[in-house]
Amino acid sequence: MNFSEGFKLSGLLCKFSPDGKRLASCVQYRLIVRDVNTLQILQLYTCLDQIQYVEWSSDSLFILCAMYKRGIVQVWSLEQPDWHCKIDEGSAGLVASCWSPDGRHILNTTEFHLRITVWSLCTKSVSYIKYPKACQQGIAFTKDGHYMALAERRDCKDFISLFVCSDWQLLRHFDTETQDLAGIEWAPNGCVLAVWDTCLEYKILLYSLDGRLLSTYRAYEWSLGIKSIAWSPSSQFLAIGSYDEKVRILNHVTWKKITEFEHPPIIANPKIIVYKEVEKSATVETQKLSFPPTRELASSLFSIPSKYDISQVPMSLQYIKPVADRANPRIGIGTLAFSPDNCFLATKNDNTPNAIWIWDIQKLKLFVVLEQLCTVNSFQWDPRQPRLAICTGNSKVYLWSPAGCVSVQVPMEGDFQVLSLCWHSGGDTMALLSKDNFCLCYLEREEVK
Amino acid sequence: MGDWKTITVPAPSSDSKNTSQYTSEKKMSPSSLNMQQVLRLPLPSSKSTHSFFSAFCTEENVEQSISYLNRELTTLGFPSLYAESKGKELNLISILNCMNELLVLQRKNLRAQEDVEMQHLKLGSDMDHLQNCYAKLKEQLEASKREIVGLQERDRQLQCKNRNLHQLLKNEKDEVQKLQNIIASRATQYNHDMKRKEREYNKLKERLHQLVMNKKDKKIAMEVLNYVGRVDGKRGGWRTDKTEARNEEEMYKALLRDYEQCQKQLLVENAELRKVLQQMKKEIISLLPPQKQKPRERSEDGIGPVLSDLEDDVGELNKENMWELSCETVREQLTNSIRNQWRMLKNHVEKLDNQVSRVHSGALTDKDVISREDHELETEKLELEIQHCKEMIKTQQQLLQQQLMSPCDDDTTVLLQDCYLLEERERLQEEWKLFREQKKNFEKERRSFTEAAIRLGLERQAFEEDRGTWLKQQFLSMTCDSKYLENVKTQSATSGSSDQDNHLMNTRSQQKKPRSLSSVPTSAELCQTIQHTPYSSSPCAISNKTTEESKPNQWEEIYREETE
Repeated sequence: MNFSEGFKLSGLLCKFSPDGKRLASCVQYRLIVRDVNTLQILQLYTCLDQIQYVEWSSDSLFILCAMYKRGIVQVWSLEQPDWHCKIDEGSAGLVASCWSPDGRHILNTTEFHLRITVWSLCTKSVSYIKYPKACQQGIAFTKDGHYMALAERRDCKDFISLFVCSDWQLLRHFDTETQDLAGIEWAPNGCVLAVWDTCLEYKILLYSLDGRLLSTYRAYEWSLGIKSIAWSPSSQFLAIGSYDEKVRILNHVTWKKITEFEHPPIIANPKIIVYKEVEKSATVETQKLSFPPTRELASSLFSIPSKYDISQVPMSLQYIKPVADRANPRIGIGTLAFSPDNCFLATKNDNTPNAIWIWDIQKLKLFVVLEQLCTVNSFQWDPRQPRLAICTGNSKVYLWSPAGCVSVQVPMEGDFQVLSLCWHSGGDTMALLSKDNFCLCYLEREEVK
Repeated sequence: MGDWKTITVPAPSSDSKNTSQYTSEKKMSPSSLNMQQVLRLPLPSSKSTHSFFSAFCTEENVEQSISYLNRELTTLGFPSLYAESKGKELNLISILNCMNELLVLQRKNLRAQEDVEMQHLKLGSDMDHLQNCYAKLKEQLEASKREIVGLQERDRQLQCKNRNLHQLLKNEKDEVQKLQNIIASRATQYNHDMKRKEREYNKLKERLHQLVMNKKDKKIAMEVLNYVGRVDGKRGGWRTDKTEARNEEEMYKALLRDYEQCQKQLLVENAELRKVLQQMKKEIISLLPPQKQKPRERSEDGIGPVLSDLEDDVGELNKENMWELSCETVREQLTNSIRNQWRMLKNHVEKLDNQVSRVHSGALTDKDVISREDHELETEKLELEIQHCKEMIKTQQQLLQQQLMSPCDDDTTVLLQDCYLLEERERLQEEWKLFREQKKNFEKERRSFTEAAIRLGLERQAFEEDRGTWLKQQFLSMTCDSKYLENVKTQSATSGSSDQDNHLMNTRSQQKKPRSLSSVPTSAELCQTIQHTPYSSSPCAISNKTTEESKPNQWEEIYREETE
């Protein structure tokens, strides 16, 4: 495992291009495009204001930089560095911006979710979509980029509009039986749309591509409901994580629950492997100490190396009792992710925020539990193989694969707290992001031992 | 019988010991007061006999006492003491008899008394025993009564507790219901409030939207250096009904594609599962012991009629076309038959288990019963076999599916079709090559032979011509000396010719001899070959004639050579 040197970064804005050749990073108002292999700067663009959002177009030829405060989106071309494009929303304001799947249209969401403007780079035309819904996931594109689903709200009722992305024609418009739609997501096969309700009500609706309601699923009433969902890459399973610390899996043939996964704080089954991160007692030899202490020594003194130990079952996880009278409590299954080969599901229960639960989907049983020393910030699967990368806000990155797991110290100068990470589409490189820096981590082909 | 009370007879006090032993206070009946004198007393000691017995009979009242005794005895049923009925003479014999009788009676009475006393004692002890038992039972009864009371008390307490708990439960349920109602009402309240706020918010948004649109903000614009081409390079088109229809079509196509794929997968799975079920059915049937001989009265198993039905079912469902049907009845039949067979197998296994347990409890020989472990081993082995077969079938099915389903164009299909015969074809080609080479070689050889034959023919022609000219010369020379030559014409002709031939031969022999000698065999060969190849080509035919013509000549020459 090799690490590159650190580069400056701001706002955790570091993205790999979809074709995997380039890496875009932002430092304040500058956009830097590097080559992935050599990390040499290929292009440097200067925007008008501090960049708040960066996105590559799907063909990796353009990058958009959104500055919400100024309400401006600037688009840069990689082939022609002289080409420029500036979209100014003016007094309408800007809250969100994204590319359309064909890479030639930009969808801007104006302030207060008044409307969504579709700007075309080919024809310089504008279209408006009224009444978009202000929810956590209101726009969803199919994986093949043909269709877009948009959540709308008119007259206190939720609607879904399906658009054809090639010519932005409205294909279907139907209402949903939700109280307050919280999010929509397409299945990877592009034929089923999952629509779920607010957390006050556990309800998930499944619509077919032509707008027919396929099925409704309600697990229980009155308690807090769905917190997060994830489709399996083959579209066979839909995993629903809810506030009652359970994940329910629906199958695509009958849309009925086939199993539910519980996340109790005490693990009793002896067949489950529990990896617990423990600190290696750092024995600093006094002869090697020098004054003034070198940088590496200083960083290594502050960051105690750790390793994984296999804990004996039964063992109990660190449980945090949530504050009862607050809204959006930190309980329930907040994050779900399927592995790309459809074999594993990684979940995080916010009641035990230091632990990641890995479920074997082929057997529908709990496989491994990883307990970290700090709260897990984020985790992401390798896009090519069942390998999970985890960061917990300290200077280490953790990798798990069915062969084992490892904790790696990021050899960076100073205080490098890994706040987020993202994988390269080829699966061998990872970008580790901290507040002010980022570095790349190159992994070998063989599996982690 | 009255109670006896002994009268203390005024007898000497020495007797009192004896008498007082047997005092027992018993009441006397008034009628027999006078008479109860000494009969209850045992035989006193001989000493005091006289004095004691003299109390009844003295010298004065002998007659009276005798008559009294007689009266008594007769009333008791003894014979009279008097010899005659009215006389004063005593019948000694009867007196003695009476005395004996009385003694016997006395003894009998004593024994009876003993018995009675014994019985009395026994009865007394029995009575004591029974009284003890009675006392104990009474105690036990008391204790159980107390226990019952205690248990009743406990029962009552528990009932009380139960009622309390029920009450609590009901209270909790009521509370839960109440809370749910509260939640429901609050939810409706919140929804109502939310809707109201949302409407207000919508109004604000509309207002804002109007403002934004009205202001015609010059700033809301896009500056682009130049237009960017579309991803697919084509020009954008107008949005018409046609495009709308096309989009709809595309959407439905995508959906249909997905459904078809799903259905294909399900069909494949279905077919596999059905096959597995069929296999399982067959194997279950084979596992079950043949029970056709058992009489049908075995109602507990009910196997007989079921088995015969199953046989029919097996026959039906094993038909190939039944597998393809996916209608309800076939599916139901299959699942029902498998369920029945599984039940039968289960019963069978249970029976075996019972047998085994009986074997362990009773001492049967192990030979009769298959031990459980062996049975389990067998079942495990069978299961493994089933697994292997299933996997094999699955892989084969997959391969077959792949073959059938893989989309490929004509060339590749043609190639694929030929790929199995590739080896054979190559071998065949090699053999063809060899054959062609051999053929070429044969052709070459034949050509060379024919050329040789042609050459030979030409040479023969030349030779013949020479011979002809030589003969002419000879003839011409011979016509000059015709006389000599007439006789020897034939001979000389022949000899001359032979001489000449010889000469010729000699002159030419150096050239020709070896050739002729060598050519003889070759020509012989050639002739033979030519003779043997009647279908030979035309050049050979030509040489045929010349050689055949020259053949006899040559043979003649050789003969002549030899003769000379």
